[in-house]
Amino acid sequence: MDLQIALLLGQDGITNGAIYALLSLALVLVFAVTRVIFIPQGEFVAFGALTLASFQAGKVPGTLWLLIGAGIAVAVVDLRAVLGRSRQRRRIFSILGWNLVYPVVLAILIHLAKPGELPLAAQVILALALVVPLGPMTYRLAFQPLAEASVLVLLIVAVGVHFALVGLGLLFFGAEGSRTPAFSDGSLTLGSLTVGAQTLWVLGSSLTLIVVLAFFFERTIYGKALRATAMNRTGARLMGISTVMAGKLSFLLASLIGAFSGVLIAPITTVYYDTGFLIGLKGFVGAIVGALSSYPLAALGALLVGLLEAFSSFWASAFKEVIVFTLIIPVLVWLSLTTHQVEEEE
Amino acid sequence: MSPRILLPVFVLSLLLAPQLVSEFHVTLLNYIGLYSIVAIGLVLLTGVGGLMSFGQAAFVGLGGYATAYLTTATSLPVWIASLGGSPWLGLLAGVVLTAAVALLLGLLTLRLSGHYLPLGTIAWSISLYFLFGNLEFLGGHTGISGIPALSMFGLPMKDARNFYYLIWVVVLLAAWLTINLLDSREGRAIRALKGGVVMAEAMGVDTARSKVVIFLIAALFGCVSGWLYAHLQRFVNPTPFSLNMSIEYLFMAVLGGAAHVWGAVLGAGVITVLKQWLQDWLPRLLGASGNFEMIVFGVLMIFVLQRARDGLWPILCRLVPQRAIARSVPVADVLPRKSLPEAGEVLLEARHVVKRFGGLVANNNMNLNVKAGEIMALIGPNGAGKSTMFNCVSGVDRATEGEVLFRGRPVTELDSREIAKLGMSRTFQHVRLLPTMTVLENAAIGAHLRGSRGVLPAMLHLERAEENRLLAEAARQVERVGLKSSMFEAAGSLALGQQRTLEIARALCADPCLLLLDEPAAGLRYMEKQALAELLRKLRGEGMGILLVEHDMDFVMGLADRVVVMEFGEKIAEGLPEGVQRNPAVIEAYLGGVD
Repeated sequence: MDLQIALLLGQDGITNGAIYALLSLALVLVFAVTRVIFIPQGEFVAFGALTLASFQAGKVPGTLWLLIGAGIAVAVVDLRAVLGRSRQRRRIFSILGWNLVYPVVLAILIHLAKPGELPLAAQVILALALVVPLGPMTYRLAFQPLAEASVLVLLIVAVGVHFALVGLGLLFFGAEGSRTPAFSDGSLTLGSLTVGAQTLWVLGSSLTLIVVLAFFFERTIYGKALRATAMNRTGARLMGISTVMAGKLSFLLASLIGAFSGVLIAPITTVYYDTGFLIGLKGFVGAIVGALSSYPLAALGALLVGLLEAFSSFWASAFKEVIVFTLIIPVLVWLSLTTHQVEEEE
Repeated sequence: MSPRILLPVFVLSLLLAPQLVSEFHVTLLNYIGLYSIVAIGLVLLTGVGGLMSFGQAAFVGLGGYATAYLTTATSLPVWIASLGGSPWLGLLAGVVLTAAVALLLGLLTLRLSGHYLPLGTIAWSISLYFLFGNLEFLGGHTGISGIPALSMFGLPMKDARNFYYLIWVVVLLAAWLTINLLDSREGRAIRALKGGVVMAEAMGVDTARSKVVIFLIAALFGCVSGWLYAHLQRFVNPTPFSLNMSIEYLFMAVLGGAAHVWGAVLGAGVITVLKQWLQDWLPRLLGASGNFEMIVFGVLMIFVLQRARDGLWPILCRLVPQRAIARSVPVADVLPRKSLPEAGEVLLEARHVVKRFGGLVANNNMNLNVKAGEIMALIGPNGAGKSTMFNCVSGVDRATEGEVLFRGRPVTELDSREIAKLGMSRTFQHVRLLPTMTVLENAAIGAHLRGSRGVLPAMLHLERAEENRLLAEAARQVERVGLKSSMFEAAGSLALGQQRTLEIARALCADPCLLLLDEPAAGLRYMEKQALAELLRKLRGEGMGILLVEHDMDFVMGLADRVVVMEFGEKIAEGLPEGVQRNPAVIEAYLGGVD
């Protein structure tokens, strides 16, 4: 290996690592706020990428039908809860608006606008508008009725959601993979190193998103509400923070991060209906490095995963996944040596 | 039909099934059997123990690949070449390999909080899948073919009907071993893992060991299933050992009823048949080919957990008329007792104990001692730090500063389990019983340290003599505290006061020389308090030391030999009950001062 190759691999690793870092942040967030180990995170990556690819191929993505279906289901569940309670009549409009009207408006828009001919930025926005609402809807349908259940039960539900979404992904997008064109052409030359435009896009967008998230958590009332819920659910509720709102919001952020990551990597790698799962799990490895609680450590861990993956694909490409997932063994050793036995069960 | 004859009917129909159904259905039943073995392991691990593994299919794979490689390899090292080709060597190798991996993973993840085991096993599962697929000597993604057929008693098992009997014998064996294990001293320790770790540790149970044990058993069941699979199929490739299959195993256990051994068989049956059926119909319905049954399984799992979290088995059980089974306490010899220390010997001594939670000082410079043959009461207003003090001396929590001596030995750094071994036993202010277990079984957890037979004898029920002695002892203590009439009721169905009394029976089962009681009289009626006081006097008379936290002043003052009063984490008075009652500082603490 010479310096040239090392730089190339490092660039690859950092690019993928940036994506894993985004995902690991979302995983830490969702776990802290809702105690859900968010296994289906990767499906949002795949849905984001494949929805964009469908637009570019001039097709109507199947995720649209999923959005309409999930919207109807949420509306039914929510209306059943609200009807009969006169004080909450006002909520009916917002329920109908978000769950029935919004998907239909989006469907009409997609039908009229012919997304295949729109500029890329508009396609990306449409894809996100389509996929992101699926996050809070998933929370409403699968997790909210079990919000007080144990981590174990929530984890099995998360696996159930993962299974259902992967199956639906296969149904909507077929078994063939897709790749989208890069956001822009060209490259940047720094001495002997050539950096592709998409790499810059990935790094730039990831950094921007991380800064925006930091601002959101530090400076906005909703961000603070989420942090409060993560620290102490009961305490937060006593202060008037709705845990349902916090749950939906954290799922919204997670699906946004997931779908956006999908859009970012679609030009770099071919995305299949089940690709997201492995990508999401690598985010998990990063999150575990951060002991599922520290955002900076999780992001660093994810970068490490990206680099390890890139370099092991050079030395032993067949064993790339084995090496990456074995990384958590030393991390677990370290955690188990430094963590004191858990005193109190839930 | 009475529930008692259901098992024989089930076994008989298993016996006859291959003669009555088609070859295709025999094959289906074979698969249900193979999956049941794995799912039974998951019942023990997840349903009973509350731990979760996504690595079961990988353990099945280890079992399958170990035998596949050893029975087909042409160039084995010399020292095993003479045994080469034997499926039994393959089984042995698989078992050893599985045990080693499960031990390593278990030791790494089980000390951490609950969600690291599933995450660790996901990673292990994926690693192993790619390893199987990429190692040349294991045939890569094409796998290994030409695995020899098993032969037992000189009879080669080449057809599905022969194999059927072998598989189902193993299923019934696995179920029998698991049911036996759960109905034993070790089994009670395992059942305490879900919701009772603090209590179990205080009763001397090594819960970390129990966790590793069930993880190991579940992994070994998987390995055996894999071994059978390899010799049934005579071919292995990585696909059936993927993470998705691990998830399906988990679904089987959850759907069937994760806490019931027979639920595993039911779940394996339902999922297998449903999968077969969905794989036929869904592609036709949807006009495309693929594993669309995943969608149905995923949604089904969410639905089950939201609407029927205990799975199908309990629902099925409700359809069968339940007749109360007459149960009796086994008759057995009395367990040997430790000799109690001389009356007046100092049992417990706390010196300058400080406990801080962050900036909050819950105990500050606390000193107290308890002698054999006396009742010492620790009283004080709410929030004075009495329960914290209790936790510090019993090892449930660790004092920040200061020293605790028990029978002259420093125990400040010891875990509650170690302290329990020295002869200290306690109850909890917030009752810590296992609500679904019977009163007798709950009490018997207290006798954990008075038995010694391990997991293997328990699985084979070779420890019945010891088990009977433990149960008889538990029954004696239950009777002693006055709960004889509720012996076989679920502990959760008792009134709160009775639950506190049961906690005392459990503590007494440990044969302690020092008893720590945290508000034992709360929630008791007058007559029950009288009976409790009588019992405590009797224990004192036998030479036991008793440390008591209590709010009921009449109860305390009539009973205690000495009293320590705490306020704001500090001792404000100590002495005889009469003296303490007249102490101005105490009166001020309880009634407020007059300025």
